[in-house]
Order: sequence, then structure tokens, then C-alpha cells
Amino acid sequence: MTQKIAIVDYGMGNLHSVTKAFELVADGRAEIALTADPAVVAAADKVVFPGQGAMPDCMLHLNESGLKAAVLEAAEEKPFFGICVGAQLLFERSEEGPTDSLGVFKGNVVRFPADKMVGADGHKLKVPHMGWNEMFIKHSHPLWNGIADGERFYFVHSYHFAPTEAIAVVESAYPYRFAAAVARDNIFAIQCHPEKSHRAGLQLLQNFVNWDGKA
Amino acid sequence: MPLAKRIIPCLDVTNGRVVKGVNFVGLRDAGDPVEIAKKYDDQGADELTFLDITASSDNRDLILHVIEAVASQVFIPLTVGGGVRQVADVRRLLNAGADKVSINTTAVTNPEIVEAAASKFGSQAIVVAIDAKAVDDSNTRWEIFTHGGRKPTGLDAVEWACRMQQLGAGEILLTSMDRDGTKIGFNLPLTRAVSDAVDIPVIASGGVGNLQHLVDGVTRGHADAVLAASIFHFGEYTVRQAKEAMQAAGIEVRL
Repeated sequence: MTQKIAIVDYGMGNLHSVTKAFELVADGRAEIALTADPAVVAAADKVVFPGQGAMPDCMLHLNESGLKAAVLEAAEEKPFFGICVGAQLLFERSEEGPTDSLGVFKGNVVRFPADKMVGADGHKLKVPHMGWNEMFIKHSHPLWNGIADGERFYFVHSYHFAPTEAIAVVESAYPYRFAAAVARDNIFAIQCHPEKSHRAGLQLLQNFVNWDGKA
Repeated sequence: MPLAKRIIPCLDVTNGRVVKGVNFVGLRDAGDPVEIAKKYDDQGADELTFLDITASSDNRDLILHVIEAVASQVFIPLTVGGGVRQVADVRRLLNAGADKVSINTTAVTNPEIVEAAASKFGSQAIVVAIDAKAVDDSNTRWEIFTHGGRKPTGLDAVEWACRMQQLGAGEILLTSMDRDGTKIGFNLPLTRAVSDAVDIPVIASGGVGNLQHLVDGVTRGHADAVLAASIFHFGEYTVRQAKEAMQAAGIEVRL
């Protein structure tokens, strides 16, 4: 039976690229469903949880959509892939707003602090952190198979997660090291946009299609 | 610094085809948008920008089909601008597969659209395009023009860029009207003045004729990204060659 991968659509932004990218890498070996239906999420074998825009808006939409319970349930047991604000929502709180997030991971989401945004050459670093930055492997993970240490991925964000448990698997630097991807058991969550990160990004998505959910 | 400076080929699109002119006039057909986007993607372009210059409102929806087609085959960030008048236009373009939407004339006539769009879709999705021209030969102050460079506004480019940042713009696409299409290089004092004044990324545009111009845009103009059209469209240089030139100049790039 073909596996089913649900991409959770709770009304936050453009999911065209993420859907097309998964369709491309799945190449018929998985059924990709972009869905706002909790029952489809519940019936899926794997779940992709994206997110764009402001975190408090995302949390509000998730609450109003009726998808929150299905997302939390999926994060308990199924191979689960958080992207960008979808990844941020897995933490406890965000400096972007007073809303509680899902609290699947321990730690908060913080803004790049203005007083630290200076590069090695003395020039100021812009926020949002926008563009292609290097990814350094901290702990090997099946989803990073075939992706070189130091490979560049596309980022666009002003906030990043700061885990207080040992779950960072990939780090980036701007200018200080921060967790760019975290993983625990069946969950993998990444700050940048694999669906916009060319071949390396597609490799990551393909690895998720192939993943059995074991770290 | 490990974050790479970006090279962004720009495709002017009208009626579903890519065109290139000089100073916004004398347009020549340059090809099919999907084919050109794929070619730049293969060459290592960091992003693509599409500027819809379709004059007739009848054919405005063609850009949506172009973006849908490109976004299904090219997995790098896409920015689309031109003719964005309302928040609903931003939504349509994002839903078609754009990652960022660039707002130009309407940001001047109705700045609230920047604030409304940024709060709705996030600052990361909203680019404000600024077309600026030096007010005199000293090249120390620059005025904003709208309507494809035809209409002066009396607004100061540096002040305007700061205001757009406050309203929620996530990036500035800065075009020098004096330089666009001339191939004599970016207006570096303009680029540096804007880039140093704001905390958001600035894309330099207008005037690229060779690879040293791209290097200068970053090292002397302090741009976070450089945009060019004709040097890539007509095969003078590949994106890869441009990146190698930047790397040779000590600039961090994605190769």
C-alpha cells in the first residue's frame, strides 16, 4: 500500500512549493495530500507541518482550524516534519508574541538580538536572516543522509528556536551558532526552507519520504 | 561571514514572455520564462525575480500561470513584482507559488498596503521596490520615481527605505533609474546609503554590465544581494561565472 503523507494546511501561507517538492521526490511512491481535514491528518502515515508569517497568527489559525489535536497526536507517534514556523510552534513560547505554542520540545523561540548582529568584518548583519547559509552536522540523523556537512540551505526568518534539551542535530551560524534543525524520536524540525533549497533540500524531503521514523 | 551574498537574475515578463529593454523602453523578446528559470536554476541562481510589466490589465493573470509553472519545477525562492495594487494581489501571487511579492508604485501611493501585507503574510514575504534617481550631479541625494520610472514623487530614497522597514518590509529592491540598462555599474553611493541606513537586506539593481560591477555592489555598495538581467539573458555570462568572480574577490557565495 502506498504510504500517505499529509501536509497540514491551517491557512498560513503558500504551500504550493512544499506540495510540489514532495510530489517530485515521492515520484509516485507516496500519496501527498495537502489538507485542512483533521481526519486526513489522523489517517496519514506521515505528517508535514509547515508555517509562514508571524508565530502568534499561526498559533491562532491552528487553534481555530480544529487541527491542533490532530497535529499533536501525529507528533506523538508518526514520522513528523516541522518546517520554519511549523518547527517553531513545536517549542514552548516565542518572543514574537504572548501566545503559548505546542510545547512538544523544551525551549523558546527568540529574536536575533540587535546587539549581536555584527559580522566578522565589522559590518552589521541584516534581520531577517535571509539567504543561503551553511548547515553543520552536530549529530548524525537519517534525514541528513547524502547531505554534505557545510551544505547551504535557504533561510528567511527573524526568530530562531533555542532548545533547552539536547535535540539539535544541525546548526547554522549568524553570527553565533544556533540550532537549525532539531530531532527527537519520530520528529524532525527545521528552521530553513528545504522546499526552496535546491538539490540538498529535495534530498532532505526525499529522506523524509523514505524514513521509518527512527532516529 | 558564512551567509552567502545572493545573485538574483531578473526576468521582465510581459504577456507570459520574458523581455529585455533599455531604460524600460525598446523591449526585445528574450524567451520562455520556465525555460529561462530552469537554466538559471541549473547555473546556481540563488533566487529569481519576475517583474510583470504587462501593460494591459486583461493579461494580468498570465503572470499567475507563469509563476505556477515555474514554482512546480524550480525549487529556489521566487519574487514577483509589477502591478501589485492591493493585498488581494499579494495573496494571489503567493498562492500561485511566489515566496515574496514586491510592491513598488502602490507603496508610495498607499503605504498602508505594506503594513497590511506584512502583518497578513509576514515581513519575509514583502519586498518594497524603490526606483531612485539622483537629484543632481553630486549623486548624494536620490528621489523616488514611480510608474516605471516616469513619475517623480519628491520622496527621499534613504528616508523612504527606513519608513518601509518600519511598516514591515522584509527586504528592499533598490533600482537606480540613472543606471538601469546602461551597463556602467550600480549607483554605489545610492546603494551604500540605503543599505547602511536599514537593518533589512537590500538588493542592488540597475546598471550591471560586467562581473566586477556585481562585486562592487557587495564590497563597495554593501548590498546583501545583486540583481541583473541582460548580462545573463543574452549569454554574456553565466550565474556560475558571476559567483566565481565574487568568490575570487573574497565574497561568500553559494557554489
